[in-house]
Amino acid sequence: MKRIGVFVCHCGINIAMTVDVKRVAEEAMNMPGVAYAQDYIYMCSEPGQALVREKIKEEELDAVIIAACSPNLHESTFRAAAEEAGLNPWQCEIANIREQCSWVHTNREKATSKAIRIVDTLVQKTILNESLEPIPVSITKKALVIGGGIAGIQAALDIADSGYKIILVEKESSIGGHMAQLSETFPTLDCSQCILTPKMVAAGKHPNIELMTYSEIEEVSGYVGNFNVKIKRKASFVDWSKCNGCGLCMEKCPAKVPSLFDRELATHGAIYVPFPQAVPNKPVIDKDNCIYFKSGKCRLCEKVCEIGAINFEQEDLIVEEEIGAIIVATGFETLPVPNLVEYGAGDVPDVIDGLAFERLLSASGPTVGEVRRPSDGMVPKEIVFVQCAGSRDPERYRPYCSKICCMYTTKHALLYKHRVHDGQPYIFYIDIRTGGKGYEEFYHNAELDEGIIYLRGKVAKIFRDGDKTVVWGTDTLTGRNIEIAADLVVLATAMIPKDSTAELVKKLRIQTGPNGFLSEAHPKLRPVESINSGFYIAGAAQGPKDIPETVAQASAAACKVISLFSRDHLEQDPAIAWVDEDLCGNCRICISVCPYDAREFDEEKGIVIVNEALCEGCGSCVAACACGATQQRNLSDSQIRSMVTASLGGE
Amino acid sequence: MFEPKIVCFLCKWCTSAGADLAGTSRLKYRPNGVNIKFMCSSRVDPEHILWAFHEGADGVLIGGCHPGDCHYEDGNYKTQARVSLLNRLLDDLGIDTRRLRLDWISAAEGSKFANVMNEFTEELRSLGPIKLAAREMAK
Ligand SMILES: Cc1cc2nc3c(=O)[nH]c(=O)nc-3n(C[C@H](O)[C@H](O)[C@H](O)COP(=O)(O)OP(=O)(O)OC[C@H]3O[C@@H](n4cnc5c(N)ncnc54)[C@H](O)[C@@H]3O)c2cc1C
Ligand code: SF4
Ligand code: SF4
Ligand code: FES
Repeated sequence: MKRIGVFVCHCGINIAMTVDVKRVAEEAMNMPGVAYAQDYIYMCSEPGQALVREKIKEEELDAVIIAACSPNLHESTFRAAAEEAGLNPWQCEIANIREQCSWVHTNREKATSKAIRIVDTLVQKTILNESLEPIPVSITKKALVIGGGIAGIQAALDIADSGYKIILVEKESSIGGHMAQLSETFPTLDCSQCILTPKMVAAGKHPNIELMTYSEIEEVSGYVGNFNVKIKRKASFVDWSKCNGCGLCMEKCPAKVPSLFDRELATHGAIYVPFPQAVPNKPVIDKDNCIYFKSGKCRLCEKVCEIGAINFEQEDLIVEEEIGAIIVATGFETLPVPNLVEYGAGDVPDVIDGLAFERLLSASGPTVGEVRRPSDGMVPKEIVFVQCAGSRDPERYRPYCSKICCMYTTKHALLYKHRVHDGQPYIFYIDIRTGGKGYEEFYHNAELDEGIIYLRGKVAKIFRDGDKTVVWGTDTLTGRNIEIAADLVVLATAMIPKDSTAELVKKLRIQTGPNGFLSEAHPKLRPVESINSGFYIAGAAQGPKDIPETVAQASAAACKVISLFSRDHLEQDPAIAWVDEDLCGNCRICISVCPYDAREFDEEKGIVIVNEALCEGCGSCVAACACGATQQRNLSDSQIRSMVTASLGGE
Repeated sequence: MFEPKIVCFLCKWCTSAGADLAGTSRLKYRPNGVNIKFMCSSRVDPEHILWAFHEGADGVLIGGCHPGDCHYEDGNYKTQARVSLLNRLLDDLGIDTRRLRLDWISAAEGSKFANVMNEFTEELRSLGPIKLAAREMAK
């Protein structure tokens, strides 16, 4: 019989508070095969790990079970410790008695009894665990970045600079993301375009970066190191290899389409580039709004394009790429104003959101940087800024803080004052949050020196009265009701994940949290990795954040990819399917259930075999095999049976 | 009060991660289930379920990813098909099919996991223990 050691962690008081850890250790001693059991305050600490290593040697243990937190957190830590002490890593198992026991139960007696059964379940498994060796697999050293905002651009540049090839896929026709829409950026007020465009150009020119804009992910299969990705290159109806970006077609196009880049404060033609500094600077035809596509007549752009780049017959193209690692940097959007009922649901004129205000402030925007309100072009003398529009409101909108709005609203008020000296900005806020280097100072200066009036309280209602947009609110510091007849209202709407992200994560099979932002493998210690190997996350797609944080995260994600690519090969989990030649009845049912074509009929042997490089270890074939010939390593049917029995507290 | 025993077969990628989230969110639920983690819900063999009933389980929960979200393409559809087949057999054995629950619980649905555990415990309480004869037949 194997000699098994059981180590029960207190996790400070996290486990010990609801689970009697000493009793768990005592009970473990009575379990079959358990030769040693002990509890310890922090198993994952160095002394905790040293204890495991020491006891493995002293007690001549063949396997260990650590009863502690979720295996997602420390399985690799303890497997490494076990290996150091001479054990095969697959002889180390984690019993999750924290997330799935002590944290979710209150009755100490019942939680302890459950913890004992959890440990017993793992003891039963461990008795039959085999020692395994990881299966080496090759790595395709080429990365894919999805999303060409500042996060994606930064990650792509970092990876490319280290010498690896990279494909940057962007949905729109140009990279740049939201940062391209911003005027000046807090807290230093440097012009957003001026710091962004050089990076866009660098990404466009880098020999290791292949830009695929106006493209989307169609399908992803495979696994870390060896993904197969199908990318849809949407028809732009312009042959970009011919187009020299002269822009004549755009001048002549008679169609008028609201510019999404300018937050519908301006229009462009049906053939357009979203903004003049676009990379690549090539137009696309918006099929839904093109007069020719709608009515069969026009083709003006074709006539003026001397080099014949316009191609109305162009079709979507699917390209296939072999990829080793994927960074998801799909960014954010903001809660649409029509969703905010008490703020006029988008029906009250001159109520705009922060991004629209950025466009009004931008020197390259629709008003060339003059603040003019949309309804009549008047320069507003009183502006009300409303923070937390849809944020921190769990009942009706989003429960979380969007993090950047306090800062950009102050920035907005400040930039407005710089342009309209006699103007009066008011800011309604719940709290002012200025965590960040130089942020508190930025806010402090604005409040003291610039004559911005901060009103602590929520806005209850916004409505139109004549040519004024009236704001009703309360100042909770003085208890007064406040009414401001404003010329313009700017809502700091909640940052939400890009709507297409939900569909994308289904294709990638990675996780999002309750608010739709991408989930990290560990909230503190693995912030740029997805739980699923080979996927990394960066930028506002992971949660609301500003540019400095976005860039830091993007470089961190790039670094993870570079470190992955620096290895010669990867190691695949060997807990996969295998076939007992003597039992296989050759019914071949397993071939039909395997999602990866990992099973094939071996003519010579006359049985079905498993292709180890392709098997992902889902176990579907094992459940399907009627002869019991197919088993999964370290999760055989007999292991499962004894685990079930143990989980029920039986012998 | 009758405390039903529940065996929970959870896939690693969604439901077990959802159960972890219930923990990190410090949600509270009934302690009647013990989780057994598989890579995918499609590893669950109907025989494991029958074995659980034979060994004293009052209920079995299978937790997998939502349709379309299975980490292994379509494992959860296979699970669903196997569960519907097994339901007929359970009927024959005299085991109420409400004792076998299949739920799609994602990694983001910690609260759903907690609710399912509470609901299932209540339901099994109202159903009472399984008759011994049925347990014997489940083998
Ligand atoms: C009004 C406002 C003012 C701001 N002011 C400041 C400021 O002054 N200072 C500051 O530091 N920060 C500011 N920010 C925050 C800043 O905009 C963000 O931190 C930054 O843009 C995040 O970059 P990102 O690359 O993560 O996301 P994004 O900029 O959103 O870029 C994501 C990119 O991915 C693309 N994409 C999305 N989905 C897909 C898909 N499925 N396939 C392919 N491509 C896809 C998008 O088209 C986009 O190009 C402000 C934000 C707002 C709303
Ligand atoms: S054919 Fe379409 S894109 Fe070309 S000029 Fe006419 S409306 Fe514009
Ligand atoms: S476990 Fe079986 S079904 Fe799953 S990938 Fe491996 S061979 Fe295919
Ligand atoms: S991985 Fe969750 S059901 Fe298949």
